[in-house]
Amino acid sequence: MTENILEMRNITKTFPGVKALVNVDLHVKRGNIHAICGENGAGKSTLMKVLSGVYPHGTYDGDIVFENEVLNLKNIRDSEHLGIVIIHQELALSPHLSIAENIFLNNEIKTRGFIDWNKTNQEAQKLLAKVGLSEDPNTPVNKIGVGKQQLVEIAKALSKRVKLLILDEPTAALNDADSEHLLDLLRQFRSQGMTCIIISHKLNEIAAIADTTTIIRDGNVIETLDMTAGKIDQERIIKAMVGREMNNRYPVREPKIGEEILRVENWTVHHPDDSSRVVIDNANFNVKAGEIVGLAGIMGAGRTELARSIFGHSWGVNISGQVHINGKLANLKNVRSAIDSGIAYSTEDRKRFGLNLIDDIKRNITIASLDDFVKFGLVNDNEEYKIASEYRDSMNIKAPSPNSIVGKLSGGNQQKVVLSQWINVNPEVLILDEPTRGIDVGAKYEIYTIMQELASRGKAVLVISSELPELLGICDRIYAIAEGRITGEVERKDFTPELLMKYMTMTKEATHA
Amino acid sequence: MPKVLEKISAKTEGLRNRLEGVDLRQNAIFIALLVVIGYFAITTPMHTSVTPDNWSNLVVQNGYILVLAIGMVMIIIAGHIDLSVGSVACFIGSVAGILAVRPLEQHGWEWLPAFPWWAAILGAIAVGALVGMWQGFWVAYVGIPAFIVTLAGMLLFRGLALMTLQNSNIGPYPDKFRAIGNGFIDIDNRVGVKFGVTHYNLVALIITLVGILALLWNSLATRRGRIKYNQKVEPRTWFFIKNILLATMMGYVGVQLSRAHGIPWTLVVLVFLTVLYTIVMKKTTFGRHIYAIGGNLHAAVLSGINVRRVNFWLFVNMGALAALSGILITARMNSAVPSAGNGFELDAISSVFIGGAAVQGGVGTVIGSIVGGMIQGILGNGMNLNSLGISYQMTIKGLVLLLAVAFDVWSKKRTK
Repeated sequence: MTENILEMRNITKTFPGVKALVNVDLHVKRGNIHAICGENGAGKSTLMKVLSGVYPHGTYDGDIVFENEVLNLKNIRDSEHLGIVIIHQELALSPHLSIAENIFLNNEIKTRGFIDWNKTNQEAQKLLAKVGLSEDPNTPVNKIGVGKQQLVEIAKALSKRVKLLILDEPTAALNDADSEHLLDLLRQFRSQGMTCIIISHKLNEIAAIADTTTIIRDGNVIETLDMTAGKIDQERIIKAMVGREMNNRYPVREPKIGEEILRVENWTVHHPDDSSRVVIDNANFNVKAGEIVGLAGIMGAGRTELARSIFGHSWGVNISGQVHINGKLANLKNVRSAIDSGIAYSTEDRKRFGLNLIDDIKRNITIASLDDFVKFGLVNDNEEYKIASEYRDSMNIKAPSPNSIVGKLSGGNQQKVVLSQWINVNPEVLILDEPTRGIDVGAKYEIYTIMQELASRGKAVLVISSELPELLGICDRIYAIAEGRITGEVERKDFTPELLMKYMTMTKEATHA
Repeated sequence: MPKVLEKISAKTEGLRNRLEGVDLRQNAIFIALLVVIGYFAITTPMHTSVTPDNWSNLVVQNGYILVLAIGMVMIIIAGHIDLSVGSVACFIGSVAGILAVRPLEQHGWEWLPAFPWWAAILGAIAVGALVGMWQGFWVAYVGIPAFIVTLAGMLLFRGLALMTLQNSNIGPYPDKFRAIGNGFIDIDNRVGVKFGVTHYNLVALIITLVGILALLWNSLATRRGRIKYNQKVEPRTWFFIKNILLATMMGYVGVQLSRAHGIPWTLVVLVFLTVLYTIVMKKTTFGRHIYAIGGNLHAAVLSGINVRRVNFWLFVNMGALAALSGILITARMNSAVPSAGNGFELDAISSVFIGGAAVQGGVGTVIGSIVGGMIQGILGNGMNLNSLGISYQMTIKGLVLLLAVAFDVWSKKRTK
């Protein structure tokens, strides 16, 4: 098992003005799971695009040797033909087509020139069995969850007789159970001799699964670690990624907790597509001034649904219960009135729900508080510019100007724009839904600092996160939510992952028993 | 990226740095306009295209499309479309006819009193707003895509127009009503004669001068404001060149118009609307909400924007502008006819896209759409003067639309 299936030698890729990759060497052993880590913008995706033929031969310097042959790829089809298949972070499935149709998209099984549906479904069934998915291949993919869609992508890769499977952030959108299943699947593939390259921000997963880890920073390979020796821990990888010792991933602070600001009572929400389905079941919780409170739950537990239903009923129907802010009953009939009552909500999906990507930083920051900039009926765009400049400095948004287009910023900087937008409405309560999703370690630290700064100004901060260590690191108190019910409340002094996980997985049957 | 392109982009980098702050894409459309004007100035027999009379014609012939383009660009920025504007313009023309002309027995409207010309215009615009409410209701509050609602409206309002007109024409109209589509300020140049200026319409010259001064003052004030707030502004030389060019252009057109019949009332309406709606789109919350909705609908909702209300008023506004367009064409033709406004929606939509709006919404400007409409109008007018057949004209107009949008898509890709 020492033979290299892939050797990328001296890869240098230049874009006008930037060197995205500098003399990168990547050697992947056959039958290994090889992890690639690096901060956002380090060059991971560019490297994978070179490997899969998105950037054709000739647009970069260096050689790719796959199974002892120098490759001359012209496009993705060429690489797939050789058995190199990449699964991107954003899944590339056609939502209204069935599982089987998606698996064999552009690779249809034909008899005499016509698609053979019986054979297609039969083959799809076999592939689904391999990835451990028991769904009817005729089910449209938008009817199954993200975790299962990811498995469909893998089944699709298998159908192409994959030898080298590249997964870009495969578990970013998955809950823990689905992630675990996916990792098990990868282990199983490894035992069958398949080679995998996995790009991930989740270092615990890398530690759990990878045989080798290559760390990239600023387009250079920093080091390649042998993970099987068993001495590599996450701190070690983080250090190599950020180029500095991150002794503390979470800034320290002395919380000054004051009066209760947000109180939610008997909050019950039904599903908009099926109004008989209870999604949030009689939730009661509170957040005090200066307090950072976490909301922990596995995906699908109802975290975002709870937050958005409070934020001006922007999700759900038949909503009942009461929300008090500073002791006053809040009017939440629509988003505007929720904002006016002092609630701000920054979304888990900033690209889809948070930002106007084609507009500039300035106008994205002011859109929720535009009335503050109006004089005699006209918006003063110079004042907007001034405020946006202030946020750019105080939040450390890395952009040439407040007039820069938001879509061109990195994830971390986009997130800071979203936060600026909501800080500028001067809310009492900030609900931050996955504020650090998909952003690199350095930017995460900055976001934590911003959250603490908000708390120290006397705001009530409610954080939703899929990463339990993050909540344990920054919160003063955590509520666990499972199947739409608040199943537990834990004070900082009692924080343990085990206790929280117990609450987070508390199903209805378990509580009744 | 192919090597050749990389080389080109490396070379243009230096130029681009020097031109930093100059929005080339925004300016490209003005250059295109000058090219079209220049081309026809050279090729038309005896340079007819740039004679005073032809400039005068251009304004009154295209006014009603440009009015539609203003409403349409707002609709398109928000991510909708309106296919019904031509039919609505025709319908409102007939309504204006009933109000102003009172076509008595043969139409069965004898119970209506005869309205003065201004009341007829206001009434017709109000009916246009009602039409917009109807369509806005279905789009904003029922959630039917605007394409469907206005496709239905296209048939519906053409039908209503035919019913009101009962297969005949309504006309002639009172002189003052006609003036809005076909009249000029001080057409007899009485003011000029009083002061001994006979070859030029004096009022037109004065208005032009005031307009130029207002433009320059506005440019300077905007630039000063930016500088006061430490914003990056266009390089000084470019700023002066651009404004002098614009002022020259305005002055030239103004002088030409003063050598014909003076400033058309249609132009007054157009300039007023262009300024008004540029302010609405750039400086009011309503305008900013329109851009936000087109840029990312979900984000707009979660920013507390009342999307339904914005969509509703967008269509009300479009209805009122379609009404005004209908009034202009009726006044110009001095008759409301069943075929009025045929295909206007397509001219308006292509003006907007030539003017740089994005099909996906979120992008576009009022002034861009006006210039887009002018390019189209001058093309049509120039080809007519060159006696090009209608078949060629349609082919060329189609290609121009396609290439304009292709250029836009291409230039966007380049900047990515």
